Amino acid sequence: MAMDEKDRILLTILEDDSNLPVRNLAEMADLSEEEVAARIRILEEQGVIRKYRAMVDWEKAGEPEVAAIIELKVSPERDFGYDKIAERIARFSQVRSLRLISGVYDLQVMVVGRNIHEITSFVAEQIAPMDHIRETATILIMKTYKENGHTFFERGGGDRLPISL
Amino acid sequence: MRDFVAAQARAIPPSGIRKFFDLVQDREDIVSLGVGEPDFATPWNICEAAIYSIEQGSTSYTANRGMPALCREIARYLDDRFSILYSPETEIMVTSGVSEAFDVAIRTVVDPGDEVIVAEPSFVAYSPCVMLAGGTPVPVQCRGEDEFRLTADALSEAVTPKTKAVVINFPNNPTGGVMRDADYRAIAEVIVDHDLLLISDEIYAELTYEGSHTSAVTVDDLRERTITLNGFSKAYAMTGWRIGFLCAPKEICDAAMKIHQYVMMCAPAMAQVAAIEALRRGSRERDAMVREYCIRRNLFVRGLNRIGLPCHMPKGAFYAFPSVAETGLSDLEFAERLLTEQGVAVVPGRAFGTSAGGYLRCAYAVSRENLRVGLDRMEAFLTGL
Repeated sequence: MAMDEKDRILLTILEDDSNLPVRNLAEMADLSEEEVAARIRILEEQGVIRKYRAMVDWEKAGEPEVAAIIELKVSPERDFGYDKIAERIARFSQVRSLRLISGVYDLQVMVVGRNIHEITSFVAEQIAPMDHIRETATILIMKTYKENGHTFFERGGGDRLPISL
Repeated sequence: MRDFVAAQARAIPPSGIRKFFDLVQDREDIVSLGVGEPDFATPWNICEAAIYSIEQGSTSYTANRGMPALCREIARYLDDRFSILYSPETEIMVTSGVSEAFDVAIRTVVDPGDEVIVAEPSFVAYSPCVMLAGGTPVPVQCRGEDEFRLTADALSEAVTPKTKAVVINFPNNPTGGVMRDADYRAIAEVIVDHDLLLISDEIYAELTYEGSHTSAVTVDDLRERTITLNGFSKAYAMTGWRIGFLCAPKEICDAAMKIHQYVMMCAPAMAQVAAIEALRRGSRERDAMVREYCIRRNLFVRGLNRIGLPCHMPKGAFYAFPSVAETGLSDLEFAERLLTEQGVAVVPGRAFGTSAGGYLRCAYAVSRENLRVGLDRMEAFLTGL
């Protein structure tokens, strides 16, 4: 089924808050509740909506997290290129994201752990010794200003007048 | 001492919206649906472009007509978005917002004694500007049963031998009404028959929710007798930058240029740089803001109808225009009591023309959360009547 503007409106709303009741969604998309439910079902079936998940502040939950970006130089394998080694690395739960990149390094890995020691030992003992890995560079993340489109600081908006011409 | 205030300045009425301002000013906890501007801050790439230009020392006057690069971007934009062609060298002039563009347009074409038809309900500045130019504003009504479009019949009835020009604004402030191709064709006949000029303020063009905006000058007969006004305030959340533009056939544009050059010199240089950035790389955020307005419109207008304030689904701008006829209150009583009893600010329709009494203008350019709070309070108010 082709997507239309109503679908995109639903997706825009859900991307920001996937927990809204169907009644509210119906109002915001100017549809009936049945239409909303049917459209969402199709979007789920088609894999347009891939997952609903909570955004957790682990620091507040008593389990603070540290993260680092690991850049890897990799010798590509005949017939497989970077895919096989990338899939191997991606299996680790410590790896939050993994990308093939252009430039000096080949793979960029975001690794999380409870402390720096966990991360460095993970890199030294699990990643660096793998076949085809030629070089690693570990970059500690010191402060996150923006993630997934959300800034972690407020841009002070000017006060709007309550009434304008 | 003499009274130094000129008769003309004394004659023009203060803005009906402004009167409400005093009531709102001292109150906390107000949900204001009275603000006719986006609640978003200007997208950052636009701000950054302007900041950089200031750092680089680009702080002098620009060409009177506007930076050539901006005029070219505007011409390209109008062609891309609305399929209308204006020459960037001879038919486009950059102004300090549409407010200046409108004033200049009126002064360019109105002689003392000329009548200018203003389609009402309308933005509050049109008639006073006509009066300041020595003209006589003649209101013509756009009615709820026509979804607030201007009809050929209503227009012809208002025409007299003194009529010089017609002022329209679609998508409309305050009704949210829009005009489609057939609507423009119908009024074009009247305009051509009586040899009139059209001034079309299309500042809300990008805020069109079903289908796309139709510009008046896509009707061939209107191209040579129309002044098109547009700007950046609403589409790109740039109200404070004061940047807009006027498009007209060369002879009119040249005359407008003389006035603009004497009263304004040029639009602010840094705002022009910001506008270039908006046109080059602002469409993604613009479209995201428009979609958010659409979501808010649906939420709010369905809410109004649910709580018992009948409201047509506006096709453009960011205003809902519900009728209060069934409540037994006038628009003014309703607005004043809603403000004092429930702390919700809306603007009584009569501020936008005599025919607009019985309606309220509610600007839904506020957060979804505030719209819900506003609706709840309006419902409580209606229940208490």
